[in-house]
Amino acid sequence: MTTTEAPAAGAGRRPAAPGLRRRRPRFNSAYLFIAPSVILIAIFIAEPIAQSGWMSLHNWTIGEATHKFVGFANYTALYHDSRFWNALRVTVLYTVVVSVGQVLLGLAVASRLRKTTWYSALLRSAYFFPYIASLVVVGIIWKFLLDPQVGLVNAWLSDVGISAPDWLQSTALALPTVIAIGIWKNVGFAMIVLLASMQQVPTFLYEAATLDGANTWQRFRHVTLPALRPALLFTSIIATITGLQLFDLVFAMTSGGPIFHTESVVMYLYEKGFVEFQMGYASAIAWVLFLIILAISAVQLRVARYRDVD
Amino acid sequence: MTGVPSGGAAPLRLPRRAGRLLGRIAAVLSWVVVIAGALAMLVPFLWMLGVAFRTSTDLYAAPARILPAQWTLHGVQAVVGQLPFARLIVNTFVFAGGATILMLLFDSMTAFALARLRFPGRNVVFVLILATLMVPFQVTIVPVFLTLFHLGWLNSYQGLIIPRATSALGIFMLRQFFMRLPSELDDAARIDGAGNFTVYWRIILPNAKPALASLFIIQFAALWNDFLWPLVISNNVNMQTLPAALTIFSSQSGIDHAALMAGAAISLTPLAIAFLLLQRFFVQGVAASGIK
Repeated sequence: MTTTEAPAAGAGRRPAAPGLRRRRPRFNSAYLFIAPSVILIAIFIAEPIAQSGWMSLHNWTIGEATHKFVGFANYTALYHDSRFWNALRVTVLYTVVVSVGQVLLGLAVASRLRKTTWYSALLRSAYFFPYIASLVVVGIIWKFLLDPQVGLVNAWLSDVGISAPDWLQSTALALPTVIAIGIWKNVGFAMIVLLASMQQVPTFLYEAATLDGANTWQRFRHVTLPALRPALLFTSIIATITGLQLFDLVFAMTSGGPIFHTESVVMYLYEKGFVEFQMGYASAIAWVLFLIILAISAVQLRVARYRDVD
Repeated sequence: MTGVPSGGAAPLRLPRRAGRLLGRIAAVLSWVVVIAGALAMLVPFLWMLGVAFRTSTDLYAAPARILPAQWTLHGVQAVVGQLPFARLIVNTFVFAGGATILMLLFDSMTAFALARLRFPGRNVVFVLILATLMVPFQVTIVPVFLTLFHLGWLNSYQGLIIPRATSALGIFMLRQFFMRLPSELDDAARIDGAGNFTVYWRIILPNAKPALASLFIIQFAALWNDFLWPLVISNNVNMQTLPAALTIFSSQSGIDHAALMAGAAISLTPLAIAFLLLQRFFVQGVAASGIK
């Protein structure tokens, strides 16, 4: 790279001070630094986003020579597709209950384990451990824990005299069971984020509150909670976004059954796109999912900002 | 924050002694609940280990036991015999490791340029990268699958790795971290004649080791556990990763419990060991994405 010549264009734009030669590199090496990421993002994220939108307007079946342009027909078909609405209902129900559950339980556990001692460090690790395991491993383990013949859960329940149901084969219980596992898996995530935020609350605030006679609940309500608002918002947004993308857990635990009672939107997308190869329809599902995520995140941010005003 | 209400103004105030006793009981109860919860987090994994090392007659006879009455290696032998297990482990390592290393390199380069260098279009690039963060991965997977299909990259390492070799979230997190490093560091080096590359490689990267370590660990763990992407890109069992192969294995009928749990245990082991040794980085990585 040479830095000796000042390009004419640059000199023309801004008149250089007399007697002072502006030295400008001919080529800014910053572009080399961003090139790999920018190229990869362009090819594998940006262009596919546009292409996916385009495909959703076509009857696009892989292997066919031509793809017929159908306008918004995929979207209107989706609107009349009861299997899609069912998947959406399952996904939203899962997302709402798991988000609220993991944030509330994570908050409760974090406030109990706020002080760092050897036993609270140990307990924190225990709560965090399921979060690092893959959803697939978690799904497989729980599928067998809940097995009526060999599972630990029903064996323990029958030991105390409760005849336990077949959790994942029951149309009434399958979704609540999957939701419970979702909360179990993610409590540690909420706990860690909230703990990190709690530990940044200066201790003198608690001391001052104690001096003023505030009890434990009042200290929590008036010192901890306000300080946690950004972390709470972050955890619930992340929980919502990951919840709406539910796939691995149901795939491993139930494959969407019994009779679609746990089929999520992304499972349906996978089914349409990569089993039936109706890629136009699958793309339409993806775009609807995207718009839902966008809308819900916007609402969450909006609500948080309203609260910040007062 | 508006002031903490003083104790005298609190509406519900029990006599001091009764209040203290209630507080004690509540504290003890809450610890009991928290400890029970922690056990509920760990028992499933202990049970998985137990099942992996017991015979199925033992399991059917006493499902309520967590640990085997008699230890056997038959589950491990069965899963290694029924799946190309060594190959799956290698695949998962190559995929998660390769993509994570490339991602750290590319993301840190981009983050360095965005945080420390001036160039026309910098803000546009940053906003566009941020915008891609909003779009869920599922939107791109169909076109990317077609692209890889046309390139002949399905069922290949490059097909698994290259599209995941950069991440908008990584760029964003590293940019935030680099911006907090004092600019005197760069200035001093530049006075000594250092160019952009030297500043990046000799000044910024060494000072960002904790952030890079955290990002490495959470990204490696995410890819090690990733399911939908490898499931779509590789349908050949010799090019699959552990989560996809295990799921397909688990959905076969007449499944051998010990084999499946042994497979699950083995696929969990690298992350479990990393977690025990490097828990600090896991926690920092997850927490850093939460508080800016």
